[in-house]
Amino acid sequence: MEELITGAEAMARALKAEAVDTVFGYPGGYIMAVFDALFAYKEEVTTILTRHEQGAVHAAQGYARASGKVGVVLVTSGPGASNIVTGAADAMLDSTPLVIIAGQSGVDKLGSDSFQETDLIGITQPVTKWNYQIRTAAEIPWAIARAFYIAREGRPGPVVLDCSKDAQAEKVDFHYEKCTFIRSYQPYPSINETKIAQAAEWINSAERPLAIVGQGVQLGHAQEELLQFIEKSGIPVATTLMGRSVLPASHPLNMGMVGMHGNVAPNRKTNECDLLIAVGMRFADRVTGDEKSYARQARIIHLDIDPSELNKNIHADLAIAGNVKYSLPAITALLEPSSHTQWVESFRPLQQLEEEHVISKDLHPQGDAMTMQEVVRLLSELSGKNVVCVSDVGQNEMATARYFQASPSRLYVASGGLGTMGFCLPAAIGAALGSPKAEIYSVCGDGGFQMTEQELGTIMQYNLPVKILLLNNNYLGMVRQLQEIFLEGRYASTRMQNPDFVMLTSAYGIPARRVDRREELQAAMKEWIAAEGPSLLEVQVEEKGLVFPMIPSGHPISDMILEK
Amino acid sequence: MDTEKTLYTVTVYSENQVGLLNQVTIVFTRRQVNIESLTVSRSAIPGVHKFTITAYADEDTIRKVVNQIEKRVDVLKAWYYTDDEIIFQEVALYKVPTDSLLDTSTIEEMVRRFNARILEVNRTYTVIEMSGHQDEIQALYENLEPTGILQFVRSGRIAITKSTVERLSDFLAEMERRKICISR
Repeated sequence: MEELITGAEAMARALKAEAVDTVFGYPGGYIMAVFDALFAYKEEVTTILTRHEQGAVHAAQGYARASGKVGVVLVTSGPGASNIVTGAADAMLDSTPLVIIAGQSGVDKLGSDSFQETDLIGITQPVTKWNYQIRTAAEIPWAIARAFYIAREGRPGPVVLDCSKDAQAEKVDFHYEKCTFIRSYQPYPSINETKIAQAAEWINSAERPLAIVGQGVQLGHAQEELLQFIEKSGIPVATTLMGRSVLPASHPLNMGMVGMHGNVAPNRKTNECDLLIAVGMRFADRVTGDEKSYARQARIIHLDIDPSELNKNIHADLAIAGNVKYSLPAITALLEPSSHTQWVESFRPLQQLEEEHVISKDLHPQGDAMTMQEVVRLLSELSGKNVVCVSDVGQNEMATARYFQASPSRLYVASGGLGTMGFCLPAAIGAALGSPKAEIYSVCGDGGFQMTEQELGTIMQYNLPVKILLLNNNYLGMVRQLQEIFLEGRYASTRMQNPDFVMLTSAYGIPARRVDRREELQAAMKEWIAAEGPSLLEVQVEEKGLVFPMIPSGHPISDMILEK
Repeated sequence: MDTEKTLYTVTVYSENQVGLLNQVTIVFTRRQVNIESLTVSRSAIPGVHKFTITAYADEDTIRKVVNQIEKRVDVLKAWYYTDDEIIFQEVALYKVPTDSLLDTSTIEEMVRRFNARILEVNRTYTVIEMSGHQDEIQALYENLEPTGILQFVRSGRIAITKSTVERLSDFLAEMERRKICISR
């Protein structure tokens, strides 16, 4: 029997059909109808009103990263729509599944520079996996089904739907069918068996193999398959920044992080191994440094779901397209059990070197001033087994990536590819909703915190148990570090005069405390962790702290600097 | 580092989706590759559009461009070819004063020699059409120039592969097979 409903109602029912339980958004004139339709389903679909559309997108990203589900954003047209661009670009680079729905002016007004009209399709084409303008109500079920399929399947990414107000108001006979196939899109490339056999043969005959694993292992739910692979092969493993959580930090074969501020041993060993096996990662320039001198001595096997990443940044001797959930165990099945004891042992002196020159100074500094690194390590030690730890961007991010002991149940979330300051606080809001049983930490610097601090209002309104650790050095620390090392200490626009963060946070009714002496830190942090609901802990860290090791941008790995 | 640049012909087959042209050209722009010519039209398959794009690039770059184009969800397939792998053609129109046609036999000779043809003659002007490779079209242009050319326009390239394998049809058949597998 035909039942005519409005496009807005169809949108709400379509979201329910996709099992959406949380929508992050901000209403406005051309999207009110959809908010109104969702209001009727508020028991099933929670709508979270953020304080800015950028916050809504980062929150949806945090939700998606913590839950593995698609993050959903609902915003209005014009400025509401253009405010989603940074988050979409971030999600595109970090492969985060999002469906962002924006309102749009009436169809007859399109292209006429009408009020709050912006060409969202044109603006977001380069930063979305797919985008589509909905002009009639009849397109809504098709477009929503397709959007969720594209956002979720294959290499995930953001999808933008630009929905005209006419489509929201029109009547439609609603039938929903989930999308399971798109003729022009192969989300899971077929795995080439010959190449799998070749990879196994190379791994079996390698003497100094090294695996570098990225977020693809997490997105493909292949953490178990990774463990079986490395335990059978005995291959030492390094992770990318985005792949920090795929393997427990404590695993004896986990050699730490590669890249610009990664660990010494895996970075140096990249240029000594005879076989490099890259799994679900994309050889970002922050990982490789100078590409021409990267792992030249090694054969390279690259496994990734996105064929366009293969042979893009680094030439692979064997490029295997496909979901690592299936390609990895296919290789493991053909491996002879092995252990590369001597090769693994050869990492130890480099670990020792880093311990002496970097880690001991980070964790046991001589002076009274606290380092970011010791604060983050304390958080790592005091926090529980089920954690989502979100960092912002800059020195705080590198300190957290290096010193927060991540694992599949202690997720580390950061803005990797785009490096979006301000990501942390709203992403932690999303993580709190996406992983309600986990302890949620938001590790920010004073700069990034102030880019999206208005989201304290969202935390207050929904009483979300986000624990904010504000590492305050009164500088934009990472840029300041570069100015100190490369620009003779000319601190152009990196000094920050900050507000009283405790008062600011208290104004939102969120408990806050500031610590500037090491003696107080442990007790204060324990109290902060144990507190019910949200809480902020501001720690005054040394103003001119540095993050080492460091490979200067574009330089070969061998140019790594260990200390000033 | 300046690597040798070759003229490549990129063919893209896509669904007929609004904004596809922009999505395709963005990839060239981001990789700093200038598009020499671009032709877009419906293909023989209903609902499928074909782009034929020429650009100078080194092979590594054009391969990455093609991979990144193919990554777009609404793009069915994209390939790149060198000139020896395809049959290709351009078409050009030359508008010359009819007086120059009548005054000498030069233009008539050119039309015969270049296998061109006259589309329209009136008291003021004559329109000549020629199809061929870019250098042939250019040669006729240079030969006509002394007699005076009022207007000249050339199309982008269109191309067909020399291969005996029809890769798009094979791809569509494969995708249909996958669709049937999923619906079971």
